[in-house]
Amino acid sequence: MELLRDIAGWILILGGCFFTIVGAFGLVRLPDVYTRVHSAGLVDTVGAGLMLLGLTLYGGFTIVTIKLLLILVFIFFTSPTSTNAFANSVYSAGIKPLLATRKDGKEDAPSNR
Amino acid sequence: MLFGVATIAILVAMALALVRAALGPTVYDRVLAVNAIGTKTVLLIAVLGFLAGRPEFLDIALVYALINFIGTIAVLKFVRYADLGKATTDSDGEAMK
Repeated sequence: MELLRDIAGWILILGGCFFTIVGAFGLVRLPDVYTRVHSAGLVDTVGAGLMLLGLTLYGGFTIVTIKLLLILVFIFFTSPTSTNAFANSVYSAGIKPLLATRKDGKEDAPSNR
Repeated sequence: MLFGVATIAILVAMALALVRAALGPTVYDRVLAVNAIGTKTVLLIAVLGFLAGRPEFLDIALVYALINFIGTIAVLKFVRYADLGKATTDSDGEAMK
């Protein structure tokens, strides 16, 4: 039982590492600010969630577990909220999303990287 | 071992976010990178607590998670209005665009 719990903790923490690094690569590689919001917000929530869940399993049930779950709840609520506020303020600042060019050669919106 | 791997992964992710903060063409890219670094700092503090065998570090991570959120919202508001104390509605009571 102990071993099973440890293995589950390993898998969750390594999964969290994977998603964290993927999100960071997306932050560098993606073309415009809206896609970067997606990468940073969505993937980061998954990465942090998996990693904290893994630590929860690893630590056993003590006061530490409760603190980890509290951090998890805070991140779970604040990360989407700040991502939403961020995207809203980027949009209201007049930065247009980077759109695919249309077939007739006209642009839908000015691209603004 | 496991916590060492997790620490290195988080540090790599933070370095990549720093690259975006340095490159970022607009100020919003930099704010986004700083926000991402903040989230990763929370994880780093939690994992370092386990790595050092001192899970009391989690209290700091808890506080940092809250401050990071408030800080991001404050910076966004400051970038938008260039003032933290100003009301966000004009005299007619309509929300400012």
